[in-house]
Amino acid sequence: MSAVAPKPALRVTGLRKAYQDVVAVNGLDLEVRAGECFGLLGPNGAGKTTTVEICEGLTAPDSGEVELLGMHWKTDADQLRQRLGIQLQDTQLSEKLTVFETLRLFRSFFDQGPGAAEAIALVQLEEKKNSRVGNLSGGQKQRLALACALVGDPDFLFLDEPTTGLDPQARRQLWDLIEQFKSSGRTILLTTHYMDEAERLCERVAIMDNGKQIALGSPRELIASTCAEHMVAFSAGAKSNVLDVPALRQIEGVREVRSENGTVEMQVTELHLAVPALLAELSRQNIPLTELSTHSATLEDVFVSLTGRHLRDE
Amino acid sequence: MSETTAIPDLQVRAAERKAPRGKTFAEHPLVQLTVVRFLETLREPEALFWIFAFPILLAGGLGIAFRNRPAEVLKIATVTPEITQSLQKEKLLAVQQLDLPSAEEALRTGKVALLVVAGANGAIVYRYDDTNPEGRTARMLADRAVQQAAGRVDPVSTSDVLMREPGSRYIDFLIPGLLGMNLMGSAIWGMGFTVVDARRKKLLKRLIATPMPKQYFLLSYVLSRILMLVAEVGIVLGFGALIFHVPVRGSLLSLAVVCLLGSLTFSALGLLLASRAKTIEAASGLMNAVMLPMWIASGVFFSAQRFPDVVQPIIRALPLTAAIDALRANMLQGANLVQLMPQLAVLVSWLLICFVLALKLFRWR
Repeated sequence: MSAVAPKPALRVTGLRKAYQDVVAVNGLDLEVRAGECFGLLGPNGAGKTTTVEICEGLTAPDSGEVELLGMHWKTDADQLRQRLGIQLQDTQLSEKLTVFETLRLFRSFFDQGPGAAEAIALVQLEEKKNSRVGNLSGGQKQRLALACALVGDPDFLFLDEPTTGLDPQARRQLWDLIEQFKSSGRTILLTTHYMDEAERLCERVAIMDNGKQIALGSPRELIASTCAEHMVAFSAGAKSNVLDVPALRQIEGVREVRSENGTVEMQVTELHLAVPALLAELSRQNIPLTELSTHSATLEDVFVSLTGRHLRDE
Repeated sequence: MSETTAIPDLQVRAAERKAPRGKTFAEHPLVQLTVVRFLETLREPEALFWIFAFPILLAGGLGIAFRNRPAEVLKIATVTPEITQSLQKEKLLAVQQLDLPSAEEALRTGKVALLVVAGANGAIVYRYDDTNPEGRTARMLADRAVQQAAGRVDPVSTSDVLMREPGSRYIDFLIPGLLGMNLMGSAIWGMGFTVVDARRKKLLKRLIATPMPKQYFLLSYVLSRILMLVAEVGIVLGFGALIFHVPVRGSLLSLAVVCLLGSLTFSALGLLLASRAKTIEAASGLMNAVMLPMWIASGVFFSAQRFPDVVQPIIRALPLTAAIDALRANMLQGANLVQLMPQLAVLVSWLLICFVLALKLFRWR
């Protein structure tokens, strides 16, 4: 225990925001520590973007408090803007401008920070320095958006779904970059609906659903606390309707069983005991096995066990 | 939670922030926003066509179609050398001497408007179709030439003053009209389209997420508009002066004031039209609905006075009418700013109303 707990970089209390017919954020409390990368994980429509935009001072909450870097939007907006780096979901930067011109423009708004050329180097876009934004690939555009968020040398970085819509290679490249920025005491709030992104980048994760926080902790803590270590999935093919699911729950080491569209998912603590027992039970029920797979439990499984739904059901 | 001690505290990082150094002129956000705005316009070939090439093509085309032609020379035929000689003094007649059958044939087929032959006792006979205006004109010209050649002296002496000097032709009327139309079009399109497009792409939202002073964004549009204005007005006026010798009789300073005020007024109108629209389609419908009536009613191509007296007060109150009237009065009558006060007052009123409304209604997202 350190003698003095560091002041949180972001503290959100009792946040509420409703649009005409939906409550987007419904009484949310959050605390992001200085220097950590904090993930807001949840399906589309969980209220992640609304939460982030309230924190960024772009949307006014119906009620609740936001304290950011020890300041408040009502009184310190100008000072706050200088110290934030913001990447919004699907902003299209002007296609007629070059990468360099775009960054020179954004740099001009800030009192301090790396120059345009330096920011280009930070996101490894040197080769595209004089290319028009319209000619960049999706991954390059996201890296440029990241550079635009970095030109003010921000203390707090908001990244709203930074890798949505990118191919796996471009995503990994962006993750490498974000990992570099996690050094030097910069605080990051990242929203995503990719559990692998949150697991890789975030020290702590809050899982959101329907405008509320339903779980909080490090990815490892969340996986350990909510479900077993392993997931076993199999398909019973045409015979799935005669499968005796309650009998499966009796198998040693099995904690939970979910059956959906002919596929059965089980949370398992001891894989080496549970799998042979499962095979024996299926052969006793005379059900042929068409598919069998196992993986270590992920945040996705945490979400499923908390809500009964998948992150990307939509 | 011993690991938190390893993470630098907020205060530590804040202390590491260097004191901001002063910015050079080029690094100023207003300069950067203006430069970017200007570059975007230059890199939009369609916009350049409508702003620069279109008014010139239109002025060139209409100037040629409606040019003032010199009086036409009429063809007539004769059959005797004496008559031919007496008629050749009239410059508006082209005389052909033919034998009688060919001359009659030429008259019948309309190749000549008049046939002049000798009658009995030195008399002259005019043969022509009196339902054809060319025939009647040719007869009058031929008769005057014949009588003068025979020694007639007119009792009253007359002389002609020809009204062909620059300033009263159709092209002189047209160029200020096109200039006004161009001021309106480029300001409204330039403002409206780019603002709505930036809103649609969430670029406006991204910009207000930075410390950019919001008034700089607006101001950069005005500044880049003024830069474009110099080129825009210069090209149309230069074309008119060089090709058609359209005069600028008023002071260039007054003309600049009228153009600047007009452009600002239309920019404010464009900003108002773009203050809420979220799609290009919505904005473009709105802009056309506002501009089309003015193209027709405000006297770009023909005088606004052709409309009935009842609607004249409304037409006079339109910003494009005021702009074009002021431009015409300056260029053709040499009016100064004091004489242009009514038109300038209309423009200033529109500017203030549109600008205040636009600021109230404007949405960044």
